[in-house]
Amino acid sequence: MGAEPVSAGPVSAGSASAGSVSAEAANAGSIGAETADAQPVDARSVNAKTANAQPVDARSVSAETADAQPVSAETVHAQPVSASSASAARPGPSAAPATAAAPAAAPPPVRRGVLVGPLGLAWRPRVLLVTCAALLLALALVVTAIAVGGARVGVVDILRTLAGHGDALDRLIVLQLRLPRVLAGALVGLALGVAGALMQTVTRNPLATPDVIGVSSGASLGAVAAMLIGGGAESVGGTLLGAGVPAVAALGAILATALVYGLGWRGGVQSYRLVLVGIGVGAMLDAGTSYLLVRARVTQATAAAEWLVGSLSGASWDTVRPLLYGVVVLVPLALAGSAALAVSHLGDEIAQGVGLPVQLHRLAVIALTVLLTAASVAAAGPIGFVAFVAPQIALRTAGATRPPLLLSGLTGTCLTLLADTLARTAFPWDVPVGIVTTVIGAPYLIWLLVRNRKEMTT
Amino acid sequence: MTVPVLEARGVSLGYDGRTVLDGLDLSIGAGTVTTLVGANGCGKSTLLKAFGRLLTPSSGSVLLEGRPVGQLRSRAVARRLAILPQNPVAPAGTSVRDLVMRGRNPHQSWARPWTPGDDAVVERVLADTGLAEVADRAVTELSGGQRQRAWIALVLAQEAPTLLLDEPTTFLDLAHQLDVLRLVRRVNRTSGTTVVMVLHDLGLAARYSDRLVVIGEGGVLADGDPADVLEPTMLERAFGLRARVIPDPVTGTPLVLPEADEEPAPPAETGHHPLDQAG
Repeated sequence: MGAEPVSAGPVSAGSASAGSVSAEAANAGSIGAETADAQPVDARSVNAKTANAQPVDARSVSAETADAQPVSAETVHAQPVSASSASAARPGPSAAPATAAAPAAAPPPVRRGVLVGPLGLAWRPRVLLVTCAALLLALALVVTAIAVGGARVGVVDILRTLAGHGDALDRLIVLQLRLPRVLAGALVGLALGVAGALMQTVTRNPLATPDVIGVSSGASLGAVAAMLIGGGAESVGGTLLGAGVPAVAALGAILATALVYGLGWRGGVQSYRLVLVGIGVGAMLDAGTSYLLVRARVTQATAAAEWLVGSLSGASWDTVRPLLYGVVVLVPLALAGSAALAVSHLGDEIAQGVGLPVQLHRLAVIALTVLLTAASVAAAGPIGFVAFVAPQIALRTAGATRPPLLLSGLTGTCLTLLADTLARTAFPWDVPVGIVTTVIGAPYLIWLLVRNRKEMTT
Repeated sequence: MTVPVLEARGVSLGYDGRTVLDGLDLSIGAGTVTTLVGANGCGKSTLLKAFGRLLTPSSGSVLLEGRPVGQLRSRAVARRLAILPQNPVAPAGTSVRDLVMRGRNPHQSWARPWTPGDDAVVERVLADTGLAEVADRAVTELSGGQRQRAWIALVLAQEAPTLLLDEPTTFLDLAHQLDVLRLVRRVNRTSGTTVVMVLHDLGLAARYSDRLVVIGEGGVLADGDPADVLEPTMLERAFGLRARVIPDPVTGTPLVLPEADEEPAPPAETGHHPLDQAG
């Protein structure tokens, strides 16, 4: 640790021109190096004097000497920069002279993430805080969503029922009527939020939601075909395929994405190409769906249209179970790949350069995205906007550089639960949740964009 | 004879059916600074990418420390070789430290996540590149010179014994070009890092390289000590440039001076153009 070269502070007057400062600072650095080790606090003034008093010396110094500490004009603040270990070990004292000399706007020299969990994820404090807050909000929304509705149930009764001690009526309302729908909403939101964050990060494009690569279009065509061709009854539940609609929808989502991936392949898949091919394939599939809808009888078309908007009204334990299995397996996998995702966000060449097998990683992320989306589409239809808006809200709330995965998922949960609870209770009839997610998600995103005045990025 | 750090054997490379390099042989010795020069589109960046495993040759092979680079795992390659491509773009809001931390990726895995040792490397690299002060600022907010050093810091954090740099001085003013090249040579001298880079400025290439390799006509046109390589007939052949070469009065390394224009400059460019008034 002590053997590491101590790079003593670059020094200059702030007004000095860039070119001359560079040479002076370089020399000051090499001179100051000896003193900095012994007297870190004095190093600043020593360096400053050296640099200012001996400009001639600085210019006459040979290229080799200057190379010893090339420090450019940009680092104009006089500062004894200690070796890495020293500044990490005792940020307070070693930072003191730096902050004294640096402009007031300079951030603290050492900022650490909080290491949480066995995955060694470095969480920024703000992300961790916001994620905890989102988790609490999601739990509060779960309880609220169970409580409100045609018959109100008190919070205490809900908790008692969940613990297995409720009376028969409460058990019926909580466990059979409301909990499946609330859980389905929470899990669908989680899956869509994580899927959107994955897709937006790996493509470096905030508009690249899972919908764009054909997932929803494939699911819609599959589901509508199953309802209209295979069925013939009035409602989703009454079709010939019955419970088969979710499965067909999920299959359609997976096949459509495989098609997009295959067509986009050109010695590897580039994100940009994937998005363009996805839009093209999606448009073709949507045309197929539209064709089926206009050929269908009105009653069938209405049922299909409700499915296409995305609705949780038919949710039951049978809906929740496969969704729960999917989320329990896929979300931890996504979180485990968080570090690789951060690397991929730097662009293909840099990511490959630091050892990420880019194409393999992209395939894995797309597979995760599709499976998460397919699971949610099978449960509730293609609920619009959540996969797009939840990661963007999470990104801005956390002040991060890419959408934090878990926070995106929890934001999706909150958004979907809030939307579905409103859809159930605030309107005289049961409004499909997909309409409400868009109506409350879009204005919130716009408000965040206006408030932050930051360009929209992933 | 020792095994070269990098070796191209009969490497052919091209894009969309157009061959850029055809059966090129080149080997890079350990601890040297080699600069690839050549006209635009001659394939020098393409060759660098093939060395860095970003491109796979259509024929021939690239060996890293004697082993075919295509057969190695990405992470294993990244521990032995770091490559900085041209004009990388950082995601908005990425801090310098975040960027440099990514350089530790090849040393990490599920079994071995982030360690204090990684922290130490990152802080040392930040200090070495003079970025400690701006470590928590966004890369996109920095000046061009600082930004380029941040990217170099990323590849330095890989602690790979071989470093490939594709035009690391592009878009920088002369002082900052020197800044980057001094940093590169200091890394070479202090750590024994093998450096292969692509540069356009022949004078700077001569100053900061042990060896110049001129790429052109699908292969190596000239190869050797900068003083031997840079001579008028070679410049004419590789660049279509008529120039004379004199010893640099500062360092004694060769300096390329283009010959004066033969025909007088057109009158429109002599200051009477209306647009010139505005400037």
